Amino acid sequence: MANQPPRAESLALLAKLEAALKRRGIVSDEEIELKRASADRANPMTGARMVARAWIDPEWRALLLRDGTAAAEAMGISMRGNPPLGVLEDTAGVHHLVVCTLCSCYPRAIIGYPPHWYKSAAYRSRAVREPRAVLAEFGTVLPAGMQVRVVDSTADFRWMVLPQRPAGTEGWTEDQLTALVTRDDMVGVTLPRVGRRESRAA
Amino acid sequence: METPNLAPFPAQHDLGGNPRFRCTPVEIEDDAPPDDFGKRVDALRAVLRDKGLITTDEQRFNIESLPEAEYFDLTYYEKWLRAVAAVMIAKGVVTWEELQ
Amino acid sequence: MSTGAGQVSAARFAAGQSVRVKDAKPERVARMHLRTPHYARGRIGRIVRALGTFPNPEDIAFNRPAEPRVLYHVLFDQPPVWGDGEAGDTLLIELFEHWLEEA
Repeated sequence: MANQPPRAESLALLAKLEAALKRRGIVSDEEIELKRASADRANPMTGARMVARAWIDPEWRALLLRDGTAAAEAMGISMRGNPPLGVLEDTAGVHHLVVCTLCSCYPRAIIGYPPHWYKSAAYRSRAVREPRAVLAEFGTVLPAGMQVRVVDSTADFRWMVLPQRPAGTEGWTEDQLTALVTRDDMVGVTLPRVGRRESRAA
Repeated sequence: METPNLAPFPAQHDLGGNPRFRCTPVEIEDDAPPDDFGKRVDALRAVLRDKGLITTDEQRFNIESLPEAEYFDLTYYEKWLRAVAAVMIAKGVVTWEELQ
Repeated sequence: MSTGAGQVSAARFAAGQSVRVKDAKPERVARMHLRTPHYARGRIGRIVRALGTFPNPEDIAFNRPAEPRVLYHVLFDQPPVWGDGEAGDTLLIELFEHWLEEA
């Protein structure tokens, strides 16, 4: 299950499938390259900016929570062909943690390719059953009295977490706040915090 | 007494709470982007989806249907590739001979 | 019935309503593609809101005409599901209407 290289037979199967589809005129190298470039462009900066803006602008926050897809479009992300985006708001009493126990549903349009661990059997099986133990493995300990709401992403939506704005960010600009938010914060395995070490995957 | 021809429950992909992984740590450092193979599979799948030749649920079902050893041993994008190939063959888009 | 996010005019259940997830295991007898996790089956939860109406994935998976189904966010208490866990912790799951009944 580790992130190992593909087997030789898998490389061969891909080459044969691509060749057969091209021979029949069903796909072209250009189309594949366009899709790849578009997948490569998607990254957590988009989601981070959506979060930062929500911390500053109440109207944006309301839009984000009401219609994540429209909010992403407003950020210049084409959501056509993407599943609808839902945004779940952390409060002083409830923290959200997103997992997909059945496969690997993930809001790729606004945070990019899912990391390997998100798709792993360990995360998928454990996050719903012992979320606090999984959070601890990410170094995340919730404040006393905060409940965990595990979000099993089972169907048509893709979910991102809108974390609480951390203390010590009063007066920060949108850019400063954006730089604070990581991919993992938007999955809910970590919480944004001022002064934490360089994020693992900004 | 179990009826022998009933499929196992929960199904292999229905992983929530599965005790088999109770003591497996989440490999939180394992978060590199997909390799070239993974990105090629991902892009090919996206093109085929846009053309209406495969849906997310067809792909998911074919991944769920992999033999158990393959479901847990193949890499993520190897499983995707197997599922995409299976759907293309089932729909007559390509033939199995072409993929031999 | 029109489909998409926010299309909920045909929703049978209202926010706050108690529902039970059907305690069925159809995948034991037929090859199926189901989006209702096993651990939620038979559990009582509360409708948070109807999310939209989407073609039934149980049909899409087999490339056959898919009926529109209302999709809900349903909230469950965690501890009863696993027999352990912290009081107050919850599970929020997307579930289709045909898997839900009044509780």
